[in-house]
Amino acid sequence: MELLDKLNILADAAKYDAACTSSGLDRAGRPGTIGSTMQCGCCHSFSADGRCISLLKVLLTNVCVYDCQYCVNRRSNDVPRAAFTPRELCELTMGFYRRNYIEGLFLSSAVAGNPDHTTEQMIETLRILREEYRFGGYIHAKAIPGADPLLTQRLGLLADRMSVNIELPSSKSLSLLAPDKKKEAILAPMTQIRDGISVSRQELRLYRHAPRFAPAGQSTQMIVGATQESDRQILTLTQSLYQKFQLKRVFYSAYIPVSSSPLLPAPHGFQPPLLREHRLYQADWLLRYYHFRAEEILDESQPNLDPRLDPKCTWALRHLDFFPVEVNRADYEALLRVPGIGVKSARRILTARRVGPLTFEGLKRLGVVLKRAQYFLTCSGRVMAGLRVNEDGLLRHLLALEAPALATAVPEQLSLFVPGS
Amino acid sequence: MVQTQVCCRYDGTFAGFLSCVFECYVNKEEPVEFYTQEDERLSLYPERVIPTRRDRAERVYRSLAAKFGPAGQRLVTRGFLTCLENREVWLWQLILLGYRRGPVVTRDLTHPVVHQVQKAVRHLEQEAHLFKGFVRFSLLDGVLVGEIEPKNRVLPLLRPHFCSRYPQEAFLLYDRTHREGLLHQGGRWAIVPLEDFQMGRPGEEEALYRRLWRSFYDTIAIEARYNPRCRMTHMPKRYWGTMTEFQQEESSPPSRALPPDLLPGRA
Repeated sequence: MELLDKLNILADAAKYDAACTSSGLDRAGRPGTIGSTMQCGCCHSFSADGRCISLLKVLLTNVCVYDCQYCVNRRSNDVPRAAFTPRELCELTMGFYRRNYIEGLFLSSAVAGNPDHTTEQMIETLRILREEYRFGGYIHAKAIPGADPLLTQRLGLLADRMSVNIELPSSKSLSLLAPDKKKEAILAPMTQIRDGISVSRQELRLYRHAPRFAPAGQSTQMIVGATQESDRQILTLTQSLYQKFQLKRVFYSAYIPVSSSPLLPAPHGFQPPLLREHRLYQADWLLRYYHFRAEEILDESQPNLDPRLDPKCTWALRHLDFFPVEVNRADYEALLRVPGIGVKSARRILTARRVGPLTFEGLKRLGVVLKRAQYFLTCSGRVMAGLRVNEDGLLRHLLALEAPALATAVPEQLSLFVPGS
Repeated sequence: MVQTQVCCRYDGTFAGFLSCVFECYVNKEEPVEFYTQEDERLSLYPERVIPTRRDRAERVYRSLAAKFGPAGQRLVTRGFLTCLENREVWLWQLILLGYRRGPVVTRDLTHPVVHQVQKAVRHLEQEAHLFKGFVRFSLLDGVLVGEIEPKNRVLPLLRPHFCSRYPQEAFLLYDRTHREGLLHQGGRWAIVPLEDFQMGRPGEEEALYRRLWRSFYDTIAIEARYNPRCRMTHMPKRYWGTMTEFQQEESSPPSRALPPDLLPGRA
């Protein structure tokens, strides 16, 4: 089989993995090696679906022994199968990396034979890359649940970021759709990676040259919309993953029909829940950067995120007593709660107001977008000039701001005549 | 006190600009226009032709750090690389402000001058960050060759990144807009003006990698999530021109010679 065909098959099989980040680690290139990594990550391109391409995302093989219903590589699915040899994949990675097409390698694999064999093949690939090609770029490796802990340990010493997909948001859904996978089998490597990272951190404090275990942290991914979980369940799970497993990121992937299993939503006419995925990411950002808690965003009376408004606006509308926030006096946390003010704007406000009091004109110069924020702010006790809005009007104003982004379906032109008659 | 307004003519380098600052500061004149020596426009203001003097430039540069703080020095240096219109005049005003008020100026983000320069510098840094990813190299005769078409002069910002990333490689990155190239080999680098530059034809291996990359790029997109607007937000079309994934397959070399019946004088 030609390399081009293999690449097509194995990239196609890997594309449903949402994670393609190259962030979390600063490593300068050293003489004699090739490659570096950046803390903020680096996107090398964006595909036609608007997602970032920063790593060469492929499977080592798509030959799988499992039969997970939601997965395109399940053994009962009739698709072309292929496998890279470790050396072939290394050659390809280096070729792409030198031309600055990619930031590194995202290596995953279907389970060929058994988890141990698969992990050994992955280790061999990464070993050749790191030791023979002296590759210093970013490597994201998927841990294979069920593999021997010693093998996972070796994999983590070669990779920069590790991830284990928890696949579905509850163990009930998991046993329904992925009968070969168990929740415990997924959580075991996650726990091991978490502990490995913290041990490695401690060792590095004592010895500068101690081996680094997954220095860019751990991430995971779950499929949204294939099963019945509410947004509240998903967010609560996310929060506990961030707390218990110290994950860097949790990715959501809107379910895209890849099978006609009766257990899944019917493929015909099914629209992937992209808006829901978007709102979940917004809520996820609130958890990670805005000091929100899952309980604040959603509770039992409201188990799902409002599709019409972003989660921060929804929170603000429910807590109007918190507003208006005074720009010149509020602390960082309070500023972050204002819809339309993000981390950068809040920081700039803190810097600029040390020099002198801020006005709305000044806020615009800082780059603060007042579209939403104007309803929730005062500058030295004054509201925005010309702004008159009561509580009922507020919801309508905010909805109108989102409307252009939400209008995806083109309204059909009505016809006087019945077509075809 | 009303200062004489003048037009400075200098050689277009940063050292030249700092020499202008020195000259104007000492003579108590206010520059309102800056022209380079190649610029053939005439000014209505009295013209000062200012020679570049390294010692004066260094003196001004050191004074920036002393009076204006490292952040101010950095703002001025980066500001000079931006595509801000009349950037020299803005920078002159910023420097005066810095001399007068000290390092606090870099935090006064709502001041019109500081705001203008900060915005331009953010644009420069943002563009440089994008180019760290969007640069495409081709391996031609063992040398990595790439071309970019930026709005700002990003090469000085890209230099540390690419030199650290490819310590063993020889590479050339050409900036079409400002006609200069970044050269690197064996740990030594230089940014030099290059008037004309034509990329060579790809060899067989290079063509194969380009094909592989294009094919990977097309495969990795999920059809059910097709979203061209989102792609353009993250990667505006002006970057596409120099990116491998948007270039057509190389066919046989285009013949430069006109067909015989179209040659002039044959009709």
